[in-house]
Amino acid sequence: MTTTFVPDKLVKPARPWRRTHRSILAMLGFIAIAGLSSTGIVAVTGLAGPLGWYVGFVFSLAVFGFLGSFFRDRVVAVDLFATVLICTAFMTVLIPWVSIFYSVIKRGAPAFYKGYLTTDMLVTSSGEALNLGGLSHAIVGTLLMLAIAALICIPLGIIAAIYIVEIKGRFAGAVRFLTQAMSGVPSIVAGLFIYSTLVILVFHSFSGIAGACALAILMLPTVTRTAEEVLKLVPDHLRAASYALGASQAQTTFRVVLPSVRSGLITASVLGLARVAGETAPLLLTSGYFIKLTTNVGNGAIGSLPTYIFSTLGAGTQESVTRAWGGACVLLALILILFIGARSLGGRNKGR
Amino acid sequence: MPTQLVSDASPDTFPDNPVGRVIATEYGPSDKVFRGVITGGAMMSLVILALIAGFLLFRGLEIFRDFGFGFITSVRWDAGDGIDKATASFGIGAMLVGSVVTAVIALLIATPFAMGTALFLEFYCPSWLRIFLTSVLDLVAAIPSVIYGVWGYAIFMQYGTSWGRAINEHLGWFPLFHVPSPNFGRSPFIAGMVLALMIVPITTSVARAVYSQAPRDQIDAVYALGGSRWSGIRHIVLPFGRSGLIGGAMLGLGRALGETVAVYLVLNLVFRINFQILASVGGNVASLIANRFGEAGEYELKALMAAGLVLFLVTLLVNFAATAIVGRTRGTES
Repeated sequence: MTTTFVPDKLVKPARPWRRTHRSILAMLGFIAIAGLSSTGIVAVTGLAGPLGWYVGFVFSLAVFGFLGSFFRDRVVAVDLFATVLICTAFMTVLIPWVSIFYSVIKRGAPAFYKGYLTTDMLVTSSGEALNLGGLSHAIVGTLLMLAIAALICIPLGIIAAIYIVEIKGRFAGAVRFLTQAMSGVPSIVAGLFIYSTLVILVFHSFSGIAGACALAILMLPTVTRTAEEVLKLVPDHLRAASYALGASQAQTTFRVVLPSVRSGLITASVLGLARVAGETAPLLLTSGYFIKLTTNVGNGAIGSLPTYIFSTLGAGTQESVTRAWGGACVLLALILILFIGARSLGGRNKGR
Repeated sequence: MPTQLVSDASPDTFPDNPVGRVIATEYGPSDKVFRGVITGGAMMSLVILALIAGFLLFRGLEIFRDFGFGFITSVRWDAGDGIDKATASFGIGAMLVGSVVTAVIALLIATPFAMGTALFLEFYCPSWLRIFLTSVLDLVAAIPSVIYGVWGYAIFMQYGTSWGRAINEHLGWFPLFHVPSPNFGRSPFIAGMVLALMIVPITTSVARAVYSQAPRDQIDAVYALGGSRWSGIRHIVLPFGRSGLIGGAMLGLGRALGETVAVYLVLNLVFRINFQILASVGGNVASLIANRFGEAGEYELKALMAAGLVLFLVTLLVNFAATAIVGRTRGTES
């Protein structure tokens, strides 16, 4: 009879770096000691407030990390020190962004009342009480300009991406390089360019279309870049199968490749829109700012959220500054909606 | 072998001139049109860039002819009486210096933080958190500059002012931190901090993309040799990602050089070359354009176009360099 040895339980190899209760406790203790010492620092020195406490906290973390190195191996000590630095760098970066979101919501909230989203500023000056006027003109203007910018830019962006990925033409590298470089064109330069061409030569006045063109220029790099990434995900055997059935390259591109990444392309477009929704400088030069709700994009100034924020902030009274925060709140909400929309559309395709 | 088959078969089963399958190496007419249209459309970015440079040069040519190189070096910006051109004098020297000063401050502050954030996201945080934080990073990259401006103007200014005062108190002997009068608001230092916040996301995402391509087997080899996580980062990831970080930082620099509204709101625009970063004196070519545009006459408008051209060329140069540097690491992938 042969007997096989069956162990009672499978012994896992020990992992010396695994988290144990002891190591987690040690880490928490480390953080707690640093926090306590930071409280001491705030009590003794000139540092004050939560920000002062945070500075003291980072300082104590670094100091205790350094002191701890005397009890440890050098490699471990340096690793601990680096971990402290990297994690605090990340936390420090988060603080201002949390502050931005927090203050936009907190300071923008008083500007909201029942009619804030549905009235314009035609009969209200920005210094008046906060239960009058609103920003419907700005929302409508921004949405109109974004729509026109999307109409101009998205086909161009996708064409450029098709050129880079599908055609792989002689200038594919150059197109990609230029697109990347274009993403660095300062927004005000795009505004100046549209001003010197469309506004002076074509429309002879500020107009929504001019603003949309400036936005389209700024949007093009994002759309191209993202669309390129998306097209690259299409597996080559799809194209090969299409060619094998006798399809031409045009048919392959339009009937096989593009439909298979439709949601990815929508994501690319929406991300581009989110990127330019808050551009202010080019709109100041091209679409101007108008206080009345209007859908006339061909002639005359038109309102938009960024210019609404900019002009109400410039007015300087307490009510107008609150209005600026309210506008910032709406703008941030718009971008957030675009963003989440883009993410949820893009996520559906990623399952693969 | 096909030739063998042909010679063996009887002549009448095959036509005299067998028509073989055409292997289509040539594109058909519809594809030629398709490729032409797409190629034409793809040249749009080149066309736009050329048009921008062309039109701004065309509009600003008169200024370059009138002031020559002095337009770059002179610090005086005076529209005169707006009618007689002889009374006007335009130079963007102070604004160019101001742009560089604020952008360099932003770069010096942002790069270490961006590097730390990228390393944290790639090597320290748990993977479920990473997905969330990457989306957050993309989102904050899309926060418009006007919101940064409003925040910098209304919230950050008081902190920045008191920090400026504190630095001046303790390090005032250093020429950079010297101030002529104890006025610390709206200084290049504050503008630089706000700009730093704006460029952290872009630098981080470029650096992270490069760090994530670092050779995994070499990092594992470091662990196997008894190295710590930091040893792996220090000896494998950072050398591998150096050009990516530099390129990302330069992309950020380009953005900081061209930023308009945020700088406009937090910086005191004064036409003087100023290296005292804590003093309430500064400038930036882009915010000069936004500042003067509203009330500019025809001649001053041309000067603004010329300033725009200079800004465009400078940022384009920085971006070309940055893209080339980032591409050097990415080259392994494509």
